[in-house]
Amino acid sequence: MADKVLMKGNEAIAEAALHAGCRHYFGYPITPQTEIAAYMAKRMPKIGGTFLQAESEIAAINMVYGVASAGYRVMTSSSSPGISLKGEGLSYLAGSDLPALVVNVQRGGPGLGGIQPSQSDYFQATRGAGHGDFHMIVLAPASVQEMAELTVKGFELADTYRMTSMILADGTMGQMMEPVSLEDLEVKPAPEKPWATNGTKLARPHNIVNSLSLVPDELEQLNFARYERYRAVEENEAMYEEYMMEDAEICIAAFGIAARVSKNAINEARRRGIKVGMIRPITLWPFPKAVFRRAADQVKSMISVELSMGQMIEDVRLATECRVPVTLCNRVGGMIPSPEQVLEAIENAAKNGGAN
Amino acid sequence: MSTKQMLFSGFGGQGILFAGKFIAYKGLIDEKQVSWLPSYGPEMRGGTASCSVIVSDEPVGSPIVSAPDVLIAMNLPSLDKFESSVVPGGMIIADSTLIERQVARDDVKVFYIPATKLASENGMPTLANMIIVGKLLKELGDFNEESINAALKKVISAKHADMMEINVKAMSIGANC
Repeated sequence: MADKVLMKGNEAIAEAALHAGCRHYFGYPITPQTEIAAYMAKRMPKIGGTFLQAESEIAAINMVYGVASAGYRVMTSSSSPGISLKGEGLSYLAGSDLPALVVNVQRGGPGLGGIQPSQSDYFQATRGAGHGDFHMIVLAPASVQEMAELTVKGFELADTYRMTSMILADGTMGQMMEPVSLEDLEVKPAPEKPWATNGTKLARPHNIVNSLSLVPDELEQLNFARYERYRAVEENEAMYEEYMMEDAEICIAAFGIAARVSKNAINEARRRGIKVGMIRPITLWPFPKAVFRRAADQVKSMISVELSMGQMIEDVRLATECRVPVTLCNRVGGMIPSPEQVLEAIENAAKNGGAN
Repeated sequence: MSTKQMLFSGFGGQGILFAGKFIAYKGLIDEKQVSWLPSYGPEMRGGTASCSVIVSDEPVGSPIVSAPDVLIAMNLPSLDKFESSVVPGGMIIADSTLIERQVARDDVKVFYIPATKLASENGMPTLANMIIVGKLLKELGDFNEESINAALKKVISAKHADMMEINVKAMSIGANC
C-alpha cells in the first residue's frame, strides 16, 4: 500500500492537478477554497509551471481560455460568488469546445451569502453556468481521496470530449483532512490536440479557436455536433455509488457531504430494522438516470438529502419519471443536515409504508 | 475502540487544530480510519477555534462531530458552548488554568488539567495543547510512544525537528497528571 498522508480536500485537488500534468493555474482568492491557490503558488514555480493570481475571477477564466486554446491542461478554482463571475467565460469555453477544469468549493448563497458549506449551485453547474445551449461534466466528490481522483478524471474527460469539467465540492469537503494516496493514481496521457493554436511551424494551416459564428445554419450545425458529443458523455460516463441498495425499500439520493451524513443515518436506520439504501451520484451531469430508474421499480419512496432548497430532487424526479414519491430533507445557508434529521426523514418514510 | 468522536476547542493560537491533526495522524499510523474537520472562517481570527476528529475502525461517515465522545475544552467559552453536547458516559478534559468553573454534568468523566500553568512552569508555554493530548491518550489507553513519535514526525516539519523532544515531554507531563 502506498504511503498515505493527511491532506485537506483543497490541497488534494491541487496536488492531483499537478499529478495530472496541469502546469497552469489562474485564480482569485475566496473562502473556502483559497488553499488551492496557496498550494499552487508554492508548487508551480518549483516545477516550471505558471501560478497567477489574476485581478479578478473574470480575468482568471479568460486566462484559462487562452491556455486551453494552446492545448495545455489548465485550471481555475473559486467558490460560489466567484463562479458566477466566471459564467461568461464558461460559456465561451463551451462555445469554443475547449477542455478545462474548474473547481467550485460551494458556500451558502445567494449573493455574497456566507462562507459555510452549501450545495446550492447544483442548478448553476448542471443546467445554466452561462448563456447558450451547453453542458459541463460535473463531478461531485465525497471524500478527500475522491477530490484527488475526480480531479484527474476531470482533466481526462475534458480532453476526451473537449468540454469543461467542474469539480462541485463544498466547504466541508474543501476544509476537511482525510488520508489520501496519490501515488497509485493513474494518469492517462493527454490526447493529441490537432486543433490547438500552438504555432503552425509553417507546416500546417492556421488553427482558429473562436466562439463567434454569425451564419445561423452553421451555428446550428455546431450546436448539433456538440450535443452529439454530449449524448456520448451521457451514455458512457455516468458514475454513481450504491450503498445497501440490494433489499432497500427506501432510497436516499445524496452527493458530497450530504451523502456522508446520510451514511450515518442509514447505518442507524438499518440497526432499527428499516430497509434503506442510498444512490450517490458521482457525476451530477451526466446524471446517473438509469440506476435511479431501476431503483424506482424496487423502492417505495425516495428522499433527496441536500444542502439546498431542493435542486437535485428535480433530476431524481425526472430520472424516476415520478413513479415513486420523492421528498426533500435539507438544510441551507451554511447549515448541514444532521444524521438525526436524516434518520427522522427515513423513519417517517418507513412509518408511511415507505410512501410518505 | 470502534469509533471515537472527538471535539478539540479553545482560543485561536492555543494549537487546537494542531492537537487535532496530531491525533488524526496517530490514528492513521495505528491503521484506523480518520477524519479532521476544522471550524473555519472569521471566528478563527482571535476567537474560538475548534476541530472535529474521528478515529474509527470503520470508514468514517459524516466528519462532523456534533455529539462528541471526548471534548477537549481549553477555554471557558468552549466549555460553555460544547459541554451539553458530550454523549452521556463521555469524557471532558478541561484546562483548569483558564476554566475556573466545574463541569455541571455528572454523567461524564471529567479531568481538570492545569495545562497552561504546567506548560509555563516547565518552560514550554506554547505546549499546553500537547499536555492535554498526553492526558487524552493516557485515558484512551493509547499512550504508545512508537506511534506518538511517528505521528509527531508527520505534523512537525523537518525545519522544527528540534521540537520533537519537548512535545513528547509535554505529553508525558499530561499523561502523569
